[in-house]
Amino acid sequence: MVALEAKDIAPTPRAEPAVGKAEPRWKRMAAEFGESKLAVGALVMVLLLCLVALLAPWITPQDPYDLSKLSIMDNMLEPGTQSLDGMTFWLGTDDQGRDMLSAIAYGLRMSLFVGITATVIALFVGTAAGVVAAYFGGRVDAIIMRLVDIQLSFPAILIALILLAVLGKGVDKVVIALVSVQWAYYARTIRGSALVERRREYIEAAQCLGLPKSRVIFGHLLPNAFPPLIVVATVQVAHAIALEATLSFLGVGVPITEPSLGLLIANGYSYMLSGKYWISVFPGLVLLFTILVINLVGDHLRDVMNPRLKR
Amino acid sequence: MSAPTLEIKGLKVEFPTKAGLVRAVDGVDLTVSRGQVLGLVGESGSGKTVTGFAILGLIDAPGRVAAGSIKFEGRELVGLSEEEYRQIRGKNLAMIFQDPMMTLNPVLRVDTQMIEAITAHEKVSHAEARARSRDALGKVGIPSPEERLNAYPHQFSGGMRQRVAIAIALLHRPSLIVADEPTTALDVTIQAQILAEVQKLATETGTALVWVTHDLAVVSGLADRVAVMYAGRVVEEGATDKVLAAPIHPYTKGLLDSLPSRNVRGRPLSQIPGMTPSLGRLPPGCAFAPRCPRVIETCPTKPPESRTFGQDRHARCYNPLGEEAMA
Amino acid sequence: MIAFLIRRIGQSALVVIAMATLVFLGVYALGNPIDILIAPDADQFEKEQAIKRLGLDQPVLWQFWAFLKAAAQGDLGKSFVHGVPAVDLIFSRMPATMELAFVALAFSIFVGIPLGVIAGLKPKSLVGRTIMTGSIFGFSLPNFWLGLMLILIFAVWLKILPAGGRGETVEIFGVRWSMFTADGLAHMVLPALTLALYKASLVVRLAYAGTREAVLQDFVRFARAKGLSYRRIVGVHILKTIMIPVVTVIGLELGSMIAFAVVTETVFAWPGMGKLLIDSIYKLDRPVIVAYLMVVVFLFVIINLVVDVLYSLLDPRVRLADQGK
Repeated sequence: MVALEAKDIAPTPRAEPAVGKAEPRWKRMAAEFGESKLAVGALVMVLLLCLVALLAPWITPQDPYDLSKLSIMDNMLEPGTQSLDGMTFWLGTDDQGRDMLSAIAYGLRMSLFVGITATVIALFVGTAAGVVAAYFGGRVDAIIMRLVDIQLSFPAILIALILLAVLGKGVDKVVIALVSVQWAYYARTIRGSALVERRREYIEAAQCLGLPKSRVIFGHLLPNAFPPLIVVATVQVAHAIALEATLSFLGVGVPITEPSLGLLIANGYSYMLSGKYWISVFPGLVLLFTILVINLVGDHLRDVMNPRLKR
Repeated sequence: MSAPTLEIKGLKVEFPTKAGLVRAVDGVDLTVSRGQVLGLVGESGSGKTVTGFAILGLIDAPGRVAAGSIKFEGRELVGLSEEEYRQIRGKNLAMIFQDPMMTLNPVLRVDTQMIEAITAHEKVSHAEARARSRDALGKVGIPSPEERLNAYPHQFSGGMRQRVAIAIALLHRPSLIVADEPTTALDVTIQAQILAEVQKLATETGTALVWVTHDLAVVSGLADRVAVMYAGRVVEEGATDKVLAAPIHPYTKGLLDSLPSRNVRGRPLSQIPGMTPSLGRLPPGCAFAPRCPRVIETCPTKPPESRTFGQDRHARCYNPLGEEAMA
Repeated sequence: MIAFLIRRIGQSALVVIAMATLVFLGVYALGNPIDILIAPDADQFEKEQAIKRLGLDQPVLWQFWAFLKAAAQGDLGKSFVHGVPAVDLIFSRMPATMELAFVALAFSIFVGIPLGVIAGLKPKSLVGRTIMTGSIFGFSLPNFWLGLMLILIFAVWLKILPAGGRGETVEIFGVRWSMFTADGLAHMVLPALTLALYKASLVVRLAYAGTREAVLQDFVRFARAKGLSYRRIVGVHILKTIMIPVVTVIGLELGSMIAFAVVTETVFAWPGMGKLLIDSIYKLDRPVIVAYLMVVVFLFVIINLVVDVLYSLLDPRVRLADQGK
């Protein structure tokens, strides 16, 4: 029992009996997070990217989807060229004469939207499945967890690819595919911490008091197991964005009318061999940067939350 | 007279931490002669284990030996290069650790771990190294050593594992073994067996021993001399029978009084009041002063120097016990 | 060991059957199997013949049995596009994918483990921190974009490596290999690097975490007390300890490498089974998609089995615990 406890501190936080005690814990973690300049810088960049995505329609020089604003005369211009009506294309234009800077801001909007939406839905679906498995136990538990096992033993990209091949293109379908590959992860984590928590003294005490199982799960288990899961989910947003970009690049993701960063890159692919690099390179750099800063934040958050590596 | 096997003078070991520099060992003097057993006694955090590691040069960065000298058979060890130290370690100077579950690598067979210890210091054939390993296992009382060589550590019981570790320590007939609470993790009966065997081996081979422990009972049966450590300093040192019979330092007396076997049945066990001080926040004077029943005005002002009592006993105390009798 | 093997094989067979059931449900229950398994331009007679052959006029359970029986014999329908059995098509493309995946795997092991161990031994040093930050970078680089950039730099700008294709191949044991010809090897460098980078980053992180845990263990200190050289401690004691998690994960990642080859092969026009899958999705060549799924499931199950056996060989505790039963 003693050995088990020490090992299990890492994934789930200690059960803090009083609500008031939770605050210093968060404060301490925030202070530790602040110690790494790299992580703080990355966090600022994440917020900045979100802001750009949110405000894209108001801050971009051009609405890349308004066909009336586009001029085919402006197509494939190199970065820094001026258009006929005096507008400068800092990052060049694509084959439709679209300003790449504006297209990238809109693409970022789409990528972040899909990544965050899918992760949030998957978090809730997975948590629900994990709670159901832990709550009912027995056969229900066995069936859900077998499903989780099988799904997790296959690469996400393959499952999403096949699903989209069956479902067809569309933003909603990409979200469905991303949720389908992510939920299992959360389900397993929640159920895992449920099993660990169940052995803790305070759960035993609650059961001895004759509290119903639902009270134990919703009153004790979820409040303890959920916060670290949300942290893990930040890293999953980066995965979801990368996966969406890959699927869109392969041509089974978002439709051509609402391009994400991945689709922008795919559009430039055929022109790249003739040396017109900017259509693929710039969206790719933004995509890489986005994933990188989210990963940096997530990576450091995990270190802060994992007491085992601190010495 | 030849040089003593081990002579430590003014040893200081420091560890930088977030809270500041922590001096885990602060001016320790120890001497161990050939074939002698020294019991190094103290509570956890007293610096006894760090002293043991310092002798072997196993203080990990950022910790370091800040001052003092460790002379081994007349040779200065402080300041040796890693390679020079490596050549002594395991050959002339061996160590046995506290937890036999952790000291053997779980994924390597016992023969691998013994043979590598031999070939690290001597150019011998694999077959010869293996034969010597088998003999060493037999010598520490492991039945059917030939078969056991092929086993993995987790196939041994805790006591057997510690025997393997002892066998490894004895492979090169070192002149000094530092044993860091090697019996604490074992059952009492096995503890007694191992103590008896180590004692026998030490007298047979003339190996000197530094036996680090928190258990005065172990020391009384094993050690020729005893050094009691408190908060990084040796507070009392002398021949075991004399120290145990008439302690000079109040801390030694406190330790002795809290041994269950020395108390009269029915009387409550006496204990030392208060807690071991944290090394980062030591009081300015004698570190034991806040807990000491015999504290006088001088105690909290500055740390007491080591004084000689009688023939060869030393203690750091302003108000020593039984001084009248000694004088 | 034999009992262990039998038990694992039994479990593997269960997974294959479970996946076959899922594929069957996907093909037969959800969609219209006639659309999925019979070419859209087939005439009425062909359709009726196929319906009879597939038993689509029979009860569902019977159909499931027939599907399993056919699948067990390796019959998963004919490709609409190529007109040959889908399974044969997959097998003809498999060597190219396997070759790519193994080279990439070897790369990630031989680069990833040393870097991870170095960083783990000196986590606070500049080298250690550079390696670890670099591994986050490797994690974040989208696979396909990395491929595009490598093409842009080495094929378009520098013109020193080819942009795609498999290059010249030689036939050894009836299989065509690229890695044994200079031209083939040149074609292989970029796709293998692309495929390997993510895994190499993963291996770096695993080796790093394992090393950091291992150096704090008492057995490392004991090994030093024995007078072992630094090289022996790192090369034997630490490496052997961290190999257990690394091998487990690497084995499982071989499966995901085969899956990710879909992306790499598309970028580099590498004629493996991943490219075949994407082409089949574009052309709605459904029997090939179904066959790809079943073959990959089978492959994964075998890989998992091999990893489990390897794992028990590496970790004496697992092996012997199993013998006891």
